[in-house]
Amino acid sequence: MVAQTQIQARADARPQGGVAPAVKMEARGVKVFYGAKQALKGIDLDVRDRQVTALIGPSGCGKSTFLRCLNRMNDTIDIARVEGLMTLDGQDIYDRSIDVVQLRARVGMVFQKPNPFPKSIYDNVSYGPKIHGLAAGKDEMDEVVEKSLQRAGLWNEVKDRLREPGTGLSGGQQQRLCIARAIAVSPEVILMDEPCSALDPIATAHIEELIDELRANYTIVIVTHNMQQAARVSQRTAFFHLGEMVEVGDTEEIFTNPHDERTQGYITGRYG
Amino acid sequence: MTDAVVSDRAVPVYQTAEFERRLRRRYAAEKRFRLYGIAAIGLALGMLAVLLGSVVAKGYTAFWQHELRLEVFFDPAEIDPQGTRDPAVLAQANYNTLARNALQSVLTDAGSRDARRAAGDLLSVGAAFELGRMVMDDPSLIGTRRVVSLPVSDEVDQLLKGNVSRALPEADRQITDRQLAWIEQLEAKGDLVSRFNTRLFTNGDSREPELAGLKAGLLGSMLTLFVTLVLAVPVGIAAAVYLEEFAPKNRLTDLIEVNINNLAAVPSIVFGLLGLAVFLNFFGMPRSAPLVGGVVLALLVLPTIIIAGRASLKAVPPSIREAALGIGASRLQVVTHHVLPLAMPGIMTGVIIGMAHALGETAPLLMIGMVAFIVDAPSGFTDAATMLPVQIFMWADSPERAFTERTSAAIMVLLGFLIAMNALAVILRKRFERRW
Ligand SMILES: Nc1ncnc2c1ncn2[C@@H]1O[C@H](COP(=O)(O)OP(=O)(O)OP(=O)(O)O)[C@@H](O)[C@H]1O
Ligand SMILES: [Mg+2]
Repeated sequence: MVAQTQIQARADARPQGGVAPAVKMEARGVKVFYGAKQALKGIDLDVRDRQVTALIGPSGCGKSTFLRCLNRMNDTIDIARVEGLMTLDGQDIYDRSIDVVQLRARVGMVFQKPNPFPKSIYDNVSYGPKIHGLAAGKDEMDEVVEKSLQRAGLWNEVKDRLREPGTGLSGGQQQRLCIARAIAVSPEVILMDEPCSALDPIATAHIEELIDELRANYTIVIVTHNMQQAARVSQRTAFFHLGEMVEVGDTEEIFTNPHDERTQGYITGRYG
Repeated sequence: MTDAVVSDRAVPVYQTAEFERRLRRRYAAEKRFRLYGIAAIGLALGMLAVLLGSVVAKGYTAFWQHELRLEVFFDPAEIDPQGTRDPAVLAQANYNTLARNALQSVLTDAGSRDARRAAGDLLSVGAAFELGRMVMDDPSLIGTRRVVSLPVSDEVDQLLKGNVSRALPEADRQITDRQLAWIEQLEAKGDLVSRFNTRLFTNGDSREPELAGLKAGLLGSMLTLFVTLVLAVPVGIAAAVYLEEFAPKNRLTDLIEVNINNLAAVPSIVFGLLGLAVFLNFFGMPRSAPLVGGVVLALLVLPTIIIAGRASLKAVPPSIREAALGIGASRLQVVTHHVLPLAMPGIMTGVIIGMAHALGETAPLLMIGMVAFIVDAPSGFTDAATMLPVQIFMWADSPERAFTERTSAAIMVLLGFLIAMNALAVILRKRFERRW
């Protein structure tokens, strides 16, 4: 019963006419197997630079699996096997010459459940820059931490308690802390797997605003079960179904005029 | 629909007698279960109290030892007739005579040769050694009179402590009536004093109970456990981390896991046999050495540490690993910066259990010669040594009455050692613990 009229795709701020935006990441024929079970059946998808791409689809269709392919988090699952081509700036990220640690610094990730380290707020944010040697000296690190927290919209709330544990924050604050932690290593792409699913509407609105601001500097891929959210924050939307990517297009197009009837059924809430 | 089902009944389901009965049964079951629990804990505590109570009741007297205050004349004619003050001469002198002379002068009827010997037997054979040591430490004593405290023999000590009844017929006790009379004479003068038994901690083992001490066993235990700790903890943690965080999950690692679990159940004496065959016979390491004991005990506790370590690594939420990986930490950084610190309290628990196990182990030491009569405390990892439990075992095996209380006292020392070790580990663990 989701009223289609409620869904108002945010008009893309940047001019769409003529020039096609650059492609940041590209997937061609990506298949993923968990043991004998195939979770993705050949996905072709372009992720455009400095845009928000939303992945939607019913539970278990492979959205998280696809997202985790983009920064090779699936490498950590023993039984997972990835086939197909996946590139970042035209470079195959599954190539032998690619250092996975460096790749994950370039393609950061924010998880469904806020997962701050059981350390101080400061240490949470400074950890990434520290291991990658991005800040020389304490002053520079302080600056990185402040800037990251500011960008994540958390600075004002925590600036007086940077030494307190990050786990002591509220759920929404924790999630913004995780975003700040991801931003602190200056990634080019940020992957978000249902970042708002554990949050209340106000915290969700915060994060959505934040995503909209981050778009100016980062390429974002977001998985969400919330159609309104996809419509509000993304410029491009891809609909996944049973391990396949059924349809991808401008968000406005997908929500107002989907080509595939499965897409239409899903976004209007008829099944999922 | 549901309304209809409920209103079909005359009385709502939660108000029927049947429901009441079930509720009462549930409460009764809960109450019973709680009682079982309390009973079980009470039983365990009761047993522990009986055990500790009997050990303490039997053993606390061993921490005191009677000494005889005696004015001794350090007779130059006996010690050093030529006046050379040569240490070799001083060491050769017969200090028994000095003690007997002193006793003769305070006891009645102690003049005859026979009586002098009987009087001398009141003192420990260690008394002469102690006089000798005093003279050698300070030769200027020669020619002077000094009041010194000398240990009495274990039979006298036991009698004074009331562990042997004075009312027994003479034939049934080690002390003759004549000696008993002397003891009472000395008691009346107040020359028999009970002192804290420092010899229990400063002496090695001895055939004479009043001289026997735990120093060799304590030092042996410390040296051995140090070797065990240094070997088992890093190896155990490394193995646990590798198996849990890095090793691929395949047949081989499954096999290794099964083997480690089985190893934890292998009787400890088998590890002793291994030590004998490998370290003594093959590598030719010294017998009775803390080094070998430590290595054998390290092998013994490794499975415990590995299993506990893996369990606590497994308990670290995967979200922490993902968080660190997601910002580009390498696997090693994930482990050393995040997983290991969080797992440390659990690992420490495994270490405590393992080390406590090692501390109390006797059987494997049997095979590598650490069940030995050790008088001199070991000063290094390759010196002959024994350990506290072995010392307890050997004292428990000794026939002298005085060793009974010393056995219990040694158990108390062992428990004290254990508590000290655990307290240290708990403090360390507290420092590692973090809030989530
Ligand atoms: N670690 C894993 N081992 C085995 N199978 C997995 C694993 N992770 C995911 N799968 C399977 O892969 C399929 C896709 O899972 P995925 O998590 O990508 O779905 P999703 O679209 O993110 O669903 P949701 O919206 O519920 O998060 C599912 O059928 C799931 O059971
Ligand atoms: Mg998912």
